[in-house]
Amino acid sequence: MEFFLQLLVNGLSLGFLYAVSALGFVMIFKSSSVLNFAHGELLAIGAFMFLVLSAWAKLPIILAFAITMIGSFALGFVVERLFLRPLIGEALIEVIMLTVGLAIMFKGIMLFIFGGDIHDYPKFLPEGLSMEWGAIQIPSVYVATFVIGILFLIIFGLFFKYSSQGIYMRSVADNQPAALSLGVHVKRVFALSWAIAALVCAMSGIVLGIINGVNVHELSSIGLKVFPVVILGGLDSIGGAIIGGVIIGLLETFTGGYISTSLREVIPYIVLVIILMVRPYGLFGLVEIERV
Amino acid sequence: MENNIRLLLNNISVVYSDVIQVLKGVSLTVKKGQIVSLLGSNGAGKTTTLKAVSGLLKPENGKVTEGSIEYDGSPVQNSSPEEITRKGIIQVLEGRQEFKYLTVEENLRVGTATRWGKPYKKDLEMVYHYFPALLARKGNLAGYCSGGELQMLVMGRGLMAQPKLLLLDEPSLGLAPLLVKEIFQIIRRVNNELGTTLMLVEQNANMALQIAHYGYVMENGKIVMESDAEDLRENPDVKEFYLGTAATGTLKSYKDVKSYKRRKRWL
Repeated sequence: MEFFLQLLVNGLSLGFLYAVSALGFVMIFKSSSVLNFAHGELLAIGAFMFLVLSAWAKLPIILAFAITMIGSFALGFVVERLFLRPLIGEALIEVIMLTVGLAIMFKGIMLFIFGGDIHDYPKFLPEGLSMEWGAIQIPSVYVATFVIGILFLIIFGLFFKYSSQGIYMRSVADNQPAALSLGVHVKRVFALSWAIAALVCAMSGIVLGIINGVNVHELSSIGLKVFPVVILGGLDSIGGAIIGGVIIGLLETFTGGYISTSLREVIPYIVLVIILMVRPYGLFGLVEIERV
Repeated sequence: MENNIRLLLNNISVVYSDVIQVLKGVSLTVKKGQIVSLLGSNGAGKTTTLKAVSGLLKPENGKVTEGSIEYDGSPVQNSSPEEITRKGIIQVLEGRQEFKYLTVEENLRVGTATRWGKPYKKDLEMVYHYFPALLARKGNLAGYCSGGELQMLVMGRGLMAQPKLLLLDEPSLGLAPLLVKEIFQIIRRVNNELGTTLMLVEQNANMALQIAHYGYVMENGKIVMESDAEDLRENPDVKEFYLGTAATGTLKSYKDVKSYKRRKRWL
């Protein structure tokens, strides 16, 4: 029972992490129908940015975290401006191929700078954050992940539901010509969704780095896991991304705990295939509102 | 006299995808505070004219190749929709392009995109004042609203932008006659009370000419007739071709229609 609860908590916090990073993926898809294959690389860039600032430049952790967040937000803007904006109006497949290219480029640059080794962050999470509950021990990193994950999800949920900019972003996803006719800055919405995507990626990259160490190959392959998550939840549903993330996170830890650790990495993709066969639009993909 | 003019189209031509010419030298004038209606059959180029003004040709690969569009005295042809909407021209698209997955009130809030960050509560009240039906449904998803509610919604959404010139494309499309009447009454009230200048594209020529001050008739990408709305209503050709009544004012029987004998006079 204790083992079960332990796995449950680990799974939930891993799941929230996936959910947060999937949020970025879904946002780009919703606003511009682009599948971002450079998702994992954005994750890795965030993690390394934090590594440079915290371990190498030895900045205070809070400051390093804040700069990483701002920096990756800016990076998202720049990527959209430089690479994606010139392709607006071109066929979607070209844009998607571009993101594949971006992924290769980012990964190459990072390998060139940081090499393929595993780097470590300085220890900064206070031990007091870890929780003990009878025989269950929850390491502080999972507690932190849990809290940060839920915090991010609430912030973005409120942003999309109530803020004007959030509503404009949803309007572009919903009906682009109509949004254009009302003067919504569609290009700015695209840029903003890339910026937010890069930011949430950096957030999850850092946390994954704390758990597993910072490594280019590992982080960018974790980016691939966004596909099972969003396809399970429905590509165009933010709520679905969250629930998809949690389910995949739980599945992974439980498979790892009860069956075998080698199956753990495969299980999300098995789910991906099954979901594509039985419910290709995902659990919460939008069902067209049709007027009869 | 000069500054009395809100919109001036000076001999504009519009070409789609560099080859398909849709407008062939359209000129028209919209004075401040007027309702001007643009009539014509399907494919005459009415919607294209509106899109040329609002800048929405661009995403469809269309371009104003000749002539000029002046709004309050400054040229706006081929500007981006973002710029044009911020100058106060808002087009309400044909076919009720609501945001399906946004609630009614969120739909209305998208109308504030041209002045992001400014207060909008007063405008919401104003829209609910003109369209009380929307107030009752403000929390509902727009995708589940009826056709009449949606027409009110998209017009209200346009008004949220505080437009100086509102372009309405077929507001009566697919609505029951009573609703059409209501919508047109609201259009007239908006024009009277808010002083919004309106340009109205309509198939329902009868309704359009009742509320308009001035009218233009388009055929094949050209303006073929223009006059005060009252004169247009009395014009025998308009009567026959657009209002569906003969010179005597009675409905023509189908067997009496000998369209091959009587050509449209202006062609």
